[in-house]
Amino acid sequence: MAKIQPPNLRESEVWKSIFRPGSIYRKGYKDTSRDRALATMNNVLWHLHPTKVKRHGLKLTYTFCLGGLSFFLFVLLTITGIFLMFFYRPMADIGGAQAYTDMQTIRTSVFFGDLVRNMHRWGAHLMVLSVTLHMARVFYTGAYKPPREFNWVVGVVLLFLTLGLSFTGYLLPWDQLAIWAVTVGTSLAGYSPFIAKQANFLLLGGAIVSPNTLLRWYVLHVLALPFVLVLFLAVHFWRIRKDGGISGPL
Amino acid sequence: MTWEEVHKDMDAYQAALTAQSSSGVDRRVAEGRARRAGVRAYLKAHPDEEAAHAAQARAAAPAGAAPAAAAAGGNGGAAAPVAAPVGAGVAVAAAPITAAVREAPLPTGNIPEPKKGAPDKHRLLAIVPPEGIQRVEREQGDRVHTWPHLLLEEFIAMAILFAGLLVFSSLINAPLRELANPNLTPNPSKAPWYFLGLQELLRYFHPMVAGIVIPTFILVGLAAVPYVDRNPSIKPGDRKVAITLFTILFMFGAVLTIIGSFFRGPGYNWIWPWTQGVFFEL
Repeated sequence: MAKIQPPNLRESEVWKSIFRPGSIYRKGYKDTSRDRALATMNNVLWHLHPTKVKRHGLKLTYTFCLGGLSFFLFVLLTITGIFLMFFYRPMADIGGAQAYTDMQTIRTSVFFGDLVRNMHRWGAHLMVLSVTLHMARVFYTGAYKPPREFNWVVGVVLLFLTLGLSFTGYLLPWDQLAIWAVTVGTSLAGYSPFIAKQANFLLLGGAIVSPNTLLRWYVLHVLALPFVLVLFLAVHFWRIRKDGGISGPL
Repeated sequence: MTWEEVHKDMDAYQAALTAQSSSGVDRRVAEGRARRAGVRAYLKAHPDEEAAHAAQARAAAPAGAAPAAAAAGGNGGAAAPVAAPVGAGVAVAAAPITAAVREAPLPTGNIPEPKKGAPDKHRLLAIVPPEGIQRVEREQGDRVHTWPHLLLEEFIAMAILFAGLLVFSSLINAPLRELANPNLTPNPSKAPWYFLGLQELLRYFHPMVAGIVIPTFILVGLAAVPYVDRNPSIKPGDRKVAITLFTILFMFGAVLTIIGSFFRGPGYNWIWPWTQGVFFEL
């Protein structure tokens, strides 16, 4: 009886088509300088990094990992946010505030719904904090100095977008906390010179916080602002590489 | 490892390297000269090995060179010095000090015909001394591999944050109040915490100042930081003014936010959180 050989997966054409020549997933990983570099180079995510980094950048008290953790929180918020989108409708017409009842359903009936919502909310607050602290870290290490001036400006835009994402998300539960916090927060736009009415209308889709506002902010929150943020993130990361990696040492 | 990379005579190599380095030549030039000195010293002490090496180099010379030699004609004299180091490789370093005969590869004679009407120019292959090469590459500096050093650190930071958030979220529920009611204003009404600094400013300034002028100033001012602060140093000792200013403004914002969050109660009036309680929701 012929012995059946198990197919060697690593020699198959499919495997080879997935992993690039030189990939450690083709020939195996040996702890050599070459394979360490290839491990970073041949991975689409890790390729955000150069193959080598300045040693002082590893020191926890230099970066506190704040930029990386902000990005991680953004990814986490995207994943939990997509989960929540399956159970949420941004509608709040008179007689049937689906947005609010969906929130209650998420909390009581959806499997892991409450946990995921908690993570989304706490993670969002944490992201505002981590982005702010990241900015402070960059200031104190002088990392905005040439050639990194423009990347600091991109970072300020990212901070602004983070606040915008957090604030638009704040309205979505459509409870008393949400609409009054948003009412207070947006009331200031009514004092802008010359364009007070227009600014308010643009923000709220009406004179006051209304179901129109809910739909408008929902679209901003789940689509428009994340899209813009990802664009600026791409520029931010790309410029870190192009401007010579981590700044310093002090 | 090739023949030339072995530092045959380490003492001679070190002595030459020290002498070259102290005379101020470029590091790479100094290393090259020291290596040459080391090989020379070694070959002087071992003449038999030199002969063997010369024979080896002769055998390695291009085999096709000899038959083509006849066609080369008068050009041979000019071409030979150029071709020698290319064909003979490493042996050239040892050549001047020994009597061993070493043949240069002969010119091939394959001289291309110039195109008709082409301007009467010719190209030259030149040997450039190492001193003539300007070093443009960046200093490598003290670098470590991203994998495993940085990626492991990032992974651990991520895992700790994720675990912390997971535990916190399982223990503490995010607030969800009663259904929104535009006709029932809660007392106090507060903005999200990151805007409470601005809401606090509303107590002291006209809304136009607190709500428009100051936020615009903060955003534009932040973006302008690298263009205003032209001090090139990143040493904290050289940046006392910048660091002091930033710290004061940052603390100012933090204090206003904390006051707005914890020290403001019904009617947005001042309270002490330890007596009247906290009027703050995330």
